[in-house]
Amino acid sequence: MMTEISLNVLDVAENSVRANASLIEISVGVDRGRDLLEITIKDNGCGMTEEQLEHVQDPFFTTRTTRKVGLGIPFYKEAAVSAGGEFRIESKVGEGTSVYASFQLSNIDRMPVGDIVSTIHTLVVYHEEIDFLYRYTFDGEETVMDTREFREVLGGISFKEKEVSDYIMEYLKEQKFSVDNGVNI
Amino acid sequence: MKSLEELKAIRDKMQGAVTLRNESEAGTRIVVGMATCGIASGARPVLVALSDAVAEKKIEDVAVTQTGCIGLCQYEPIVEVLQPGKEKITYIKMTPEKALEVIDRHIIGGQVISEYTIGNVLK
Repeated sequence: MMTEISLNVLDVAENSVRANASLIEISVGVDRGRDLLEITIKDNGCGMTEEQLEHVQDPFFTTRTTRKVGLGIPFYKEAAVSAGGEFRIESKVGEGTSVYASFQLSNIDRMPVGDIVSTIHTLVVYHEEIDFLYRYTFDGEETVMDTREFREVLGGISFKEKEVSDYIMEYLKEQKFSVDNGVNI
Repeated sequence: MKSLEELKAIRDKMQGAVTLRNESEAGTRIVVGMATCGIASGARPVLVALSDAVAEKKIEDVAVTQTGCIGLCQYEPIVEVLQPGKEKITYIKMTPEKALEVIDRHIIGGQVISEYTIGNVLK
């Protein structure tokens, strides 16, 4: 199992990368009033066939050839379901895939969200050919990062350049703090 | 709050710089396995440590990238060092601390740290 939910998000979003998505939308929503954490990872990648979709939650199914198990989605589902949440995955060939997971915030078995800023930063910087739209909501306050805005400003300059990478990290941290005041869920 | 104006200033500063790193032309590639197995065993802090070190020590001609699962899940986090004309070196069970040693001793110093390599384990 992963040690924090943000690592599941990183792992599941890597599936979107491998599905050749050009846009990945990640939204993380915390609502303490409703005792709910909701996370959606949506891509416009190649999508899955009905057969793949049926098997994707089975740990002994994978499309990989390097090993015989596929634990990413089962881990994530288990993390949600064991924390009193729900897990849904929808997909259509040629259109993309959407993975929804919810967690009961107060559930004793809920893992901490962890370093979600690092997850988003890693995805954005190491997959700069892909656009990311990241939405973080905390008790109704929302903040949005759209890498298309960065790219428009930067032109051909790489996100991996230290100044740019640091800027994105700080940007994400400030955005998070502006809505949750540093509360770690 | 960070503004896009700040990003514009970074851009203007960088456009003055002569060289823009091009990954495909980089001499050395450091590749970190970032599939479920890698992530679950701690690849993210290793990746961050490597790329921060390369940037901070201003090491030229080195690209840090990520890859999927190479089928040696029990040895994750795995870091591969690929240099033109040299054999690929596979470091296993990496930590951020070990990764920094790889930067200092192998990437900068040119000496493979054989005790961290997969060859050492399979012997």
